[in-house]
Amino acid sequence: MGETFGGYSIIGKPIPRVDARAKVTGEAKYAADIEVANMLWGYVKRSPYPHARILNIDTSKAERLPGVKAVITGKDFGGFKWGWSGPTRDEEPLAVKKVRYLYEGVAAVAAVDEDTASEACDLIEVEYEPLPGVFTPFEAMQEGAPLVHEDRPGNICVEYHWNFGDVDKAFAESYLIREDTFQTPRMAKGYLEPPAVVSYWPDSNHVVYIGAKGSPYFPYRILARCFNLPLSNVRIIAPTIGSDFGGTKNDMTPADFSAVMLAKKSGRPVKIVTTQFDALTTDLRRHPMWITMKTGVTKDGILTAIHTKIISDGGAYTRMSPLSNFLTGICMGLPYHLPAFKHDVVCYFTNNPSSAAMRGHGIYHTAFARECQMDMIAEELGIDRMEIRLRNVIKNPKPGTIYETINKVHVATAGTEECLKKVYDAVKWEKSEKADGYKAYGTGYATGTYLSGTNLSAHNACAAIVRICEDGSVNYLTGATDVGQGSDTILCAIVAEVLGIGLEDVDIKRVDSAFTPVDPGSYGSRVTVLAGHAAINAAQDAKRQLLEVAAQQFGVKPEDVEIKNKQVFVKSNPERNTSWERLVRTACYEAPGKVIIGRGYSTKGGVSHTLADFSKGVGDIGTNYSFTAQASEVEVDVETGVVKCTDNNVIAHDCGFPLNIQAVETQVQGGAYHQGVSAALYEEFKMDKGQTINANLIDYKRPRANEAPMSKVIHVVTNDPYGPFGAKEASEGSVCSAPPAMINAIYNATGVWIKNLPAQPEKVFWALKAKKEEKKGKKKK
Amino acid sequence: MKGELKELKLTINGKLYEFKVKPKTLLVDLLRQELKLTGTKIGCLDSACGACTVHIDGKAVRSCSVLALQANGRKVTTIEGVADGDKLHPIQQTMIDHGAIECGFCTSGMVMSAKALLDENPHPTREEVREAIQGNLCADEGYVKYIEAIEIAAEKMRGGQ
Repeated sequence: MGETFGGYSIIGKPIPRVDARAKVTGEAKYAADIEVANMLWGYVKRSPYPHARILNIDTSKAERLPGVKAVITGKDFGGFKWGWSGPTRDEEPLAVKKVRYLYEGVAAVAAVDEDTASEACDLIEVEYEPLPGVFTPFEAMQEGAPLVHEDRPGNICVEYHWNFGDVDKAFAESYLIREDTFQTPRMAKGYLEPPAVVSYWPDSNHVVYIGAKGSPYFPYRILARCFNLPLSNVRIIAPTIGSDFGGTKNDMTPADFSAVMLAKKSGRPVKIVTTQFDALTTDLRRHPMWITMKTGVTKDGILTAIHTKIISDGGAYTRMSPLSNFLTGICMGLPYHLPAFKHDVVCYFTNNPSSAAMRGHGIYHTAFARECQMDMIAEELGIDRMEIRLRNVIKNPKPGTIYETINKVHVATAGTEECLKKVYDAVKWEKSEKADGYKAYGTGYATGTYLSGTNLSAHNACAAIVRICEDGSVNYLTGATDVGQGSDTILCAIVAEVLGIGLEDVDIKRVDSAFTPVDPGSYGSRVTVLAGHAAINAAQDAKRQLLEVAAQQFGVKPEDVEIKNKQVFVKSNPERNTSWERLVRTACYEAPGKVIIGRGYSTKGGVSHTLADFSKGVGDIGTNYSFTAQASEVEVDVETGVVKCTDNNVIAHDCGFPLNIQAVETQVQGGAYHQGVSAALYEEFKMDKGQTINANLIDYKRPRANEAPMSKVIHVVTNDPYGPFGAKEASEGSVCSAPPAMINAIYNATGVWIKNLPAQPEKVFWALKAKKEEKKGKKKK
Repeated sequence: MKGELKELKLTINGKLYEFKVKPKTLLVDLLRQELKLTGTKIGCLDSACGACTVHIDGKAVRSCSVLALQANGRKVTTIEGVADGDKLHPIQQTMIDHGAIECGFCTSGMVMSAKALLDENPHPTREEVREAIQGNLCADEGYVKYIEAIEIAAEKMRGGQ
């Protein structure tokens, strides 16, 4: 066995995933694999216009098609609207009066098979009045521009204006001020599993929803409101989920609502499986943002102030935009000490598919701008790129102390400095200085940070139940959802570690809201930190009950007994012992017999410091914060502009404490070197008046195995006091550091700045050409 | 749509089957809907993601882009036919042990592509491994551990384990 951390029995080592066998044999059931007796297939009718009034919908022909069992339109939902929070409920399950993006759902059919349902959708006649639309925030902000929502003047979806410290004074006193505009593109979430759902009504008062949702308790609440049911009657079941990355698999889609309504109307179970085309044209995307960053520094390169102005494209509906745009600014004070900053972000409605959360949510955009600009500033000042970072970085606070940013974000551990030094030592430098014929090589650095254990003001509660079976095996019930990140394994490992038993003794149940405790879901890197803490508390509660029984048997106090490796023993005299199985059996069978159920909930979230205030831009959005540094080498083909991320790539990640070493590595490699490299070099939705023109996985390029680097991960351990066993998030920070590291490396290799992601060959080619001509021009003079 | 049904005879995971299918039926739909072999996934239906990879006569193919009738008289192997009863194939076992699997949606296809490679070439170079699975998109894992796992599995298989 390789590197291990912390001297624990199970955690701090490579832990094989509890769900891996089911996945590697094909046994794992994803939503599209689920069938229910008597099931119908549903299909959603979508709008051919990105912005149009709906004048009439005639479903009569569809209803007469043999095999059709139910047809619905938006009117069936009785005026119900939903959204991310109470004040932002601006979306209908199926559009009633107006469609606001291309392929928005307007009706749906349930039929005996998918072909019939699809054919029936073609027979639905919808009369539209096409409206002029707005397709970029710059069009949306024009005076007199068409309004996406009539009641939202100026097409403003959400805006924040914050000011901390004396920014004007700081700029006035700065030795150098730089202002640059950067751009991050519209990106797909990138899951291969298109969302799917099966729904049925066991009786007219109870609904069951089985769907690919990383936050099953979102549909739980939304469906209760939509169908006017008490929460107790809404049963959400989570199948295995093929990745999430925020957005669509947290939230609802027209297909989700349609399946439930069609099931109600037809009286039969209804399944809707969307396609990758649906996913790439209608699912939520990363916000495209235009980030103008003005930064002041002293002669020594010490940051004095940053003023960031951001224009972002929220798409057709509000969805999570209030959070996404808030997150662009809340962590400006990390990972560098920043005495003053202003943040102005305005998000506009457009007639594009809605934008929402995506891995690295919010912070990704500003981290890209800041890290590239840091290299530009270093060059202007003649300071080494690593040195300028080390001069500004927040030092890891001494144990027991807290670092507070100017906007009151609190950090107990910050391993950026160690991360930077470690990647500097680990990356190979041989190639980066030389150009090899038509290939140029360069290396770039960047840091990243991300919040873990997100604290939002509503439904933050998170609990766990440990049920000890009489044979010593354990059921673990959690509302937390593993979407692939490995949280099921971590939670089982934590329970086994606390109870002193084996990982194989713990069986985790997928979320079923009829039985599992409520949990906000998989977003904001919250599961390991918050649900992990609930796991500790629940396991300790069960253990306490068992230790009381053991203490009675041994004639000692409960605190004198310990359980390790399935052995129960008196601490002062380990000779006096019994087996785990025997203790459990004794507890359950001794008259009158016990039923051992441990309960616990997370007490870490929200209590660490202060809750975040969105309007003011202050407070602790995270329970704690991860830190990342990476050194990335690229190879640029100077003739074609093709950039490749080489295998000479190292990332150091401070996740507090790596509970499962393998999972941290795949999360960080997947974050930095898949989605991060992808954002830097490949991915962008090409749009034409609301239409996604590269809506397939060939034209919408993502890195493949022959392009992804064989990167190296270094674990930096800081043992955060607010995380379970010291843990913080792993991966979202790495998504933030990768794009700037690549772009900085391209500059290092070629001397051209690609400020608008991604650095696709054509863009790099023209930039290289322009630079060449600029050089020629200079020579002539 | 209501095309005449055609006869189809093929071997799937070692068992002979006879069907009557619509000519337009895709192999992946036959596997998933008729036989409930849902280990083969549908990601894109464009031959782009590789989640539906199966073997036809030992070659890795995208079952979303093959008509069921094109497999007439051939031997099809799906992920469900890779393990020997309870004993996992070395590729499967190594992917578990090495921590290569995250959400798992690409895993079936990844195993099938890797197996087609190692069945034909027991000594692949790293570049050959990368090429063999370049048709299999993974959403979250970053490929590193998949590539390493396939190399370790190749070594195990050569050692006769």
